[in-house]
Order: sequence, then C-alpha cells, then structure tokens
Amino acid sequence: MPDLLIELFSEEIPARMQARAAEDLKKRMTDGLVEAGLTYASAGAFHTPRRLTLTIEELLAASPATREERKGPRVDAPEKALEGFLRSTGLTKDQLEARDDKKGQVWFAVIERKGRPAAEIIAEVLEDVIRNFPWPKSMRWGAGSLRWVRPLHRILCILTDEAGAEVVPMEIDGIAAGDKTEGHRFMGSGPFSVTSFEDYTAKLKQNFVILDAQERADAIWSDATNQAFAQGLELVEDRGLLAEVAGLVEWPVVLVGAIDETFLDLPPEVLTTSMKEHQKFFSVRNPKTGRVEKFVTVANVETSDNGATILAGNQKVLFARLSDAKFFWENDLRVATTEKMLPWLNALDNVTFHAKLGSQGERVQRIAALARELAPVVGADPDLAKQAAKVCKADLSSEMVYEFPELQGLMGRYYAEAAGLPPEVAAACAEHYSPLGPSDEVPAAPVSVAVALADKVDTLTGFWAIEEKPTGSKDPYALRRAALGVVRLVLENNLRLSLSAHLRTAADIVGARDVEDHKAFADIGDLLSFFHDRLKVFLRDKGIRHDVIDACIAMLGNDDLTLLVKRAEALSDVLKTDDGENLIQGFKRANNILTQAEEKDGVSYELDPDPKFAESDEERALFAALDEAGGAISPAIEAEDFAAAMAAMARLRGPIDAFFEAVQVNSDNDIIRRNRLCLLHKIRTICGGVADLTKLEG
Amino acid sequence: MPEQVEKPRSFQEIILRLQTYWAGRGCAVMQPYDMEVGAGTFHPATTLRALGTNPWAAAYVQPSRRPTDGRYGENPNRLQHYYQYQVLIKPSPPDLQDLYLGSLEAIGIDMGLHDIRFVEDDWESPTLGAWGLGWEVWCDGMEVSQFTYFQQVGGHDCHPVSGELTYGLERLAMYVLGVDHVMNMPFNDPQAPIALSYGDVFRQTEQEYSRWNFDLADTDTLLQHFKDAEAECQRILDAPAEDPKTAKRIIMAHPAYDQCIKASHLFNLLDARGVISVTERQVYIGRVRALAKACADAFIQTEAGGWAPEAA
Repeated sequence: MPDLLIELFSEEIPARMQARAAEDLKKRMTDGLVEAGLTYASAGAFHTPRRLTLTIEELLAASPATREERKGPRVDAPEKALEGFLRSTGLTKDQLEARDDKKGQVWFAVIERKGRPAAEIIAEVLEDVIRNFPWPKSMRWGAGSLRWVRPLHRILCILTDEAGAEVVPMEIDGIAAGDKTEGHRFMGSGPFSVTSFEDYTAKLKQNFVILDAQERADAIWSDATNQAFAQGLELVEDRGLLAEVAGLVEWPVVLVGAIDETFLDLPPEVLTTSMKEHQKFFSVRNPKTGRVEKFVTVANVETSDNGATILAGNQKVLFARLSDAKFFWENDLRVATTEKMLPWLNALDNVTFHAKLGSQGERVQRIAALARELAPVVGADPDLAKQAAKVCKADLSSEMVYEFPELQGLMGRYYAEAAGLPPEVAAACAEHYSPLGPSDEVPAAPVSVAVALADKVDTLTGFWAIEEKPTGSKDPYALRRAALGVVRLVLENNLRLSLSAHLRTAADIVGARDVEDHKAFADIGDLLSFFHDRLKVFLRDKGIRHDVIDACIAMLGNDDLTLLVKRAEALSDVLKTDDGENLIQGFKRANNILTQAEEKDGVSYELDPDPKFAESDEERALFAALDEAGGAISPAIEAEDFAAAMAAMARLRGPIDAFFEAVQVNSDNDIIRRNRLCLLHKIRTICGGVADLTKLEG
Repeated sequence: MPEQVEKPRSFQEIILRLQTYWAGRGCAVMQPYDMEVGAGTFHPATTLRALGTNPWAAAYVQPSRRPTDGRYGENPNRLQHYYQYQVLIKPSPPDLQDLYLGSLEAIGIDMGLHDIRFVEDDWESPTLGAWGLGWEVWCDGMEVSQFTYFQQVGGHDCHPVSGELTYGLERLAMYVLGVDHVMNMPFNDPQAPIALSYGDVFRQTEQEYSRWNFDLADTDTLLQHFKDAEAECQRILDAPAEDPKTAKRIIMAHPAYDQCIKASHLFNLLDARGVISVTERQVYIGRVRALAKACADAFIQTEAGGWAPEAA
C-alpha cells in the first residue's frame, strides 16, 4: 500500500497559525480521503514557517468498487415518482430493472461504482482542501484568485510504494503538483526532488530545515538552558514564547547576549516584558539574585562569524528598547516619589472609562467608596481600603503602562511603594485585578480583597445600570469574568456577606452620578441571578449539578454565596449516597401527594400531626423518626452544619419508604387522612431545611 | 554566493543604491509627491495606482511627516520629518521576496552574516480605508521594512493585488552605517570636501517644527483648513464628468485626492497639538476615510484606474 506525502510550500506563515493549519490539513485531507473510500493506517502533520506537511502511511491504492441496490416506485406509479427516483440515483430509465415485489412490479436501481485510483481521489480532495482552507485570515496575490495565508509557491504531492514515487497529477491556479521542495531560505542549496517522507525529512535536514516544530522547540529549550547553565544562570520558562519562536525559524540557532549594566536595576518584569513583546527574547535570570541579566535570542541561520553580527545587532535594538523603558521608569518614579502620583490621579479624570459611566477618575471615586463599605466584611481597615482604591488605577496614567498595558497593577505596586504608601496599599495595586480567570490566584490580603471586590462590583453594577449586559457570546466588557472573580473572591476567602446589600450600595453610588439613561435598579435580582449563573458554571466544574444549586438558590439568604455553596456541597454529597437518592424519591412522593391534596381541597395541612391517630407501626415509626430528625436538624442548620442536617435527613429514608409501603395516605376516614397529610407536611418542612428538594431533577 | 557588495558610506548612497536597484528591476523611479504626507503610501503612485486593473511598477523616496513623533532632534531615532522608500508593483511578482532581499544586499546587508526574518504584521490604514497582509521584515531583530500585499484600498478590493515595500530609510541606514544617533549619520560622503551629517541638514528644522507642531500651530486655523479641504474634495468630486469647456470626460480624481491628503495631514497636526480627544479621533479618521473612499471611487472611473471608453 502506498504512502502519501503532501507539502504546501508558501511565503512565511504567521507563527500563531501554523500548528492549527497543520492539524486542519490533516483532518480535512484524511476526512476527504476516507469519505471517498481511501482508508489509511496513520497520518502525521508538520509545520515550519514556510510549509505545511502531511504524511499518510499505508493508504489504499484505490477505492473499493461498490454496488448498491435501491428500491424505487412501482412500475405503474405516476411519472413524477419515477422522475424523482431517476434524479436521486443518477440513472436513466433503461438502466433500471423491474422486479417482482409483494405488491407487484417495482423499479430497482443497481448503482455500481467502480473503484478509483488513489491519485485521482487525492487530486480532487487536495484541490478542495486548498480552495476551502480555514485560515483565520487569507489573501490573494498577483493576478490570481486563489486564496492562501500568504502566496503559495509549490505543491509537493507524491505517492510512494515499492516501485518508487509518483507525482499525483494536479494543478491549481497555475501551480502544478510535483516532487520538489526547497530547504532553508539562505542555507539551503535550491530545489530538490524527494521520493518518500523519510527521504524528505532527511534532505530537509541536509538543507537546514528541522521539519518537526516540537523538535525545534526542544532543541531551542535544551540549547538555551545549557548555555544559560554554563554561565551559572537559568532560563525563565515561557512555553507560549517557545512555541512562537519555534514557529519563526526552520533552523534554530540559540544565541545568549548580555543586557547592558545600566538596565539591570529595572524591575525584572519590565525587562522580561519588553524583551518578549518587542524582540521575542527569553529572559535569563541569575538564580542567586533573582535578577534578569541576560537574554536568549533564536536566530534562523548559522553564520561564518558564529552569530556575532546577529547578536550585536540584536543587542543594539535591545539597547534602544530598554533605553525607552528606562526613560519611562525614571520619569514614572519621579512622579511617584516627588509628586505622590497626583498628576496621574488627576489625569484619570480625562480618560473615558465608558461614555455613559464617566471617566476613570469618577470610577476610582466609586470604587473607593465601595471598598470602604466592604472593608469591615473582609476584615480590612476601611481607611486603608479606601486609600488603596484611590491609587489602584494610578499606574494607568504612567508612561510604562501606556507602553506595556500588560504591566498594569504590577507597576502600580512599584510606584505605590516608591510613593511611600503602606505595603497593604501597594499589594492591593498589584492584586486588585485578580482573579482574571477560573484558575488565576485569588488575593487573600484583606485590603486587596476589598479593592478587588469593589472594582468588580462597580463594573458590574455600572454596566447593568446602562443596560450593557452580556448577550450570547458577546461580552465585550468581560462582565462574566468579573462576576466569576467576585464569586471566587467570596468563596475562597470564606467571606460572609449579603451580596444584594452591596450591589444595592454600588448601584446607589453609580446612580448618584448623572448616568445618562440611568435606570434605577428596580430589581437587583437580575444582577444577582447573573452571579448565580456564574456560580453554577464554577460549581459544575467542581462536579456539583446545576439542579442542586437551583435547589439551594431557592432558599432564603441566597445572596450569601458562601452559605449557598455550603448547602450545595452538603446536598451534593448526600445525593451521592444510596440513602440520599432514595430519600429524595420518598420526599417527592410525599410532596406530590400533599400538593395534590392541597390543590384539591384548597387548604394547607400545616397543623402538627398527632401520633394518636397513627394506625400502624410504620406510621408510628415515622412519627418517631421525624421527631428525632427534627430535633437533630434544627440545631445543625442553626450551626450551618448542613452535612449533619442532611445526614439526619437521610436517616428518614427507611421510615418514609416503610410508611409508603404500608400506609394509604388517602384514608376514607377524614380525620386520619388529614392527620396523615399533616404528617407529609412535616416531612416537607423537615426535608426543606437545607434546600428546596422539589427543584431536583430525576 | 552573491558577489561581495561594498558597504555604502552615507545616507544618500543608500538611497541612490535603492534607486538604481529598483530601476534595474523595471520600476519607474518616481519623485516624491509634492505635498505633506504621513507615509509613502499616501503618494498617489501607491494609493490610487493600487486600484484598477492596469499594471504598475514604481519606486520612489517620499518625505513623510508625523508631527507627534517630533523630539526636537534629540531622540536618536525619532523624527517628525523622515524619509520612506516605497516600491509598488502590480500585479505582485511571484519572486517579490527575493527581489526585496536583493535590495538589502544591494545596500550592503550580507545575507551570510545577518538574520533576516519575515514576521507577521498585517497592515491597515484606517484613514485610507486600506488593508493588506504581509510582514515586518526583521534584520537581526530590528524592523527594517514593511512588506504588504494590498487586499483593499479606499474600500475597493484590489484585483490584481499590488505588492508594497516600505523601507524606513533613516533607521535602515543607521543600521547599515553603524550609527547610533540619527543626527550623527553622514548624509553625503564623509570624505567629501564639505561633509554633511544628517544633523547638519535636519537638526534645526526638527527643532523648529517640533516647537510649531506641539505649541504654536494655530488650531482654529487648522480646523478651518480641515473643513475647507473636506468641502473642496467633495466639491471636486461632485462636478459632472464632462468638462463643459473641452467637452471631454475629465474626472478630477487626483485634485480631489490632494484635498484628502491635506485633510489627513491637518488631522495629524491637530493631533500633535493635543486638541483631539479619544472619541473625536475616530470621527476625524472616519471623515478622512470617507474622502479617500470617494477619491478611490472616482479614480476607478478614470482611464488610469482601468476605465475604458469602449467598455462603458
């Protein structure tokens, strides 16, 4: 069985698109081939800056012949029916066979498809894949109409078996498939023919191309760590950068360069960010001091001077870049130390946060007011929290953050320290943006927590006030992330607070300014349920069912998220037990009977049932069990020990099951019936202490 | 291996070599456009000629002005007035990358010693309603050129596609000549009887324009000029195609486009004066873009833009 090798050779493919493109090539080609009847043993995809490569091993040499019989309309059916049948089978009437069937003569179509040689199928599928390739962005070039990520120059497409390699004949917009490729742009020795995947990778290597991106990344990583280690230093890990750099070179050459002395007192984050963003350099750290002292750049070429010119050039560019960074840092430090960041704070008044929500300056005032309110709840000093909130956005006006927005917060900490502010305030500057996602670290320092909460709650109430809520996949202000942030801040710090009350405060603060189109929050509940939705997503990932959370949301105090989660966890745990699962069934049965009776009779059965009307042992046992459970559950709920409460409830399973087994609730005797319904009501009340079990599914 | 190219010795020698190189590759070597523009792309030889079906190949130096980049001649590589070298070939030839690399060798960049990289950079000009895909070209980690396949200009799809190369001449020359401050770069031959540095030529003007751009340009006048240019552009385009005097069909795409260029530069000056807020910015850019689109619409109705009388 032949092997197939395809290479699409183009001008430089953006690094960020390569891996996905290689996978798309593999998936679309193999899907197309299999659909046409060509199965295969294995396939692999590769990418370099200039090529996407696909190798398929042991492909069928031809698609199998197929024979399909299809039953059509009766011979005496109307002409229309026959026409439809001919169209769907692609046959003519004289190709049909009339056969005897139970109901008389019926037309049969026998569709035979001959097997087709692999080359023919490959050419068709490949053309379709190239013409419909899912590039995130594609372009035309020259006078042609073909679209590719950048101009496509060559198509290598060969089938190889024992007899040797053969080009799959095809042409697309003037590019004919062949068996040629070329190696490295500068070090390779021109186009060459290949006969198989092994031959291809070997010749590429001779022509200074490492085909496998992982191999390039590994080579970069090991060479860079070794070179750093040899100098007593360590490479700062950055997987994203490594993948990107591996996509920028076909023949990686690792060069280590020094950062000029004058820049070594810049914060390491500034060095790392500047080098990474502008130059795609790795940082090299001195493990003894923690300082970033050197850099690694990855060239795409070996030179006669062993990279000396390249390194010198890169160092020069870095010098210019870091001169800028140092200039920003020194200017910023001056503003921070001598002017206590005041010009930055004033400048925030001129930065629009949102047309309808005013300036960043106004926003900071709101966050400060809110942080002060929240401080006691999170155990922070109110004045410190307010002070921190007031300066937490100051660095947005700094030159460094203007240049590197990703350093926001982090620079805030440095500048707050330089301004002589308390350490709690400086920490809050850095930490108040957190958490930024489901796995990001959650701040624990009280002042940081207060400001982080205030920041997010203000954002949410603000956008709710101007009716800019997320819809579907659109969430331009990252409000879902903000709400999840609040959820995690509350839960992971075990905070006990009434979210509604604080949302109300925040809404009042937002409302106090003249928000255009501001609609007072008639109902804070809509925003609260947005939090509940985020909470559901968050807990679902922790294995708690959404209906379990709904059952707990139905309880009073559902804006205390910590309490809510305590209930949900206890309920979720008990549902995993046999007793728990059956208790729910028993509870539902009791509840259904009771609800039906209530509806039918138009009364509620809330009186205390009297055991003297009990007729059987099972009924008496249930009375006893309910009394016992009630005695245990109330104090447990009081102490928020929902696990104990649920455990006590689960012990009712036996008595409830036995009761329903032995007793007919709807007795002919009215007094007994009423008493039993009251007994059911007692089940409902006792079992509803932790969560509203009627919300549970199943 | 290509023959060893002798290193150029001055800024002007680099320009001359690029001129000779691209003339040798069949480009019409044009002269700078005689108006204030922000980049070589604004030259009608690029913006307008990228439109329509007529083939085109041009290369030229374009003095460019970016008022906000003024640093009084003190910054080692930031200038409010600088030069771009621009090449536009339509349709883009299949070997454009190789042609480009050849131009680097022509100015003394030895491919055997340097690391040349094509790094993704999609180009977009919101004021021109134009975009394209391509790269910034790195030489040893420094961006030395912008390489773009135009996909759209003035809101029109480009068919055929033009290949555009833009060299930032000062930065490139500083690198090739090994100079650390632009003002120290030799402008003419350093051995010449009267050797002039870049600073001798431009230090004073950088100071003068920086002061005017940032502090003295009269914003009311600039605003009025902006409105005037906008109105004149519209008025030119609103004129009927047939000229009553000559009875010929004369669509005045270029005079209208001059007004668009003017408006764009006036906007840049207003921006440097700091009188345009973030939200206003978008509005102004949109107004210039509307002019650019109208000019593009007009140009493709002209013969240079591919309009043919028999087809009409």
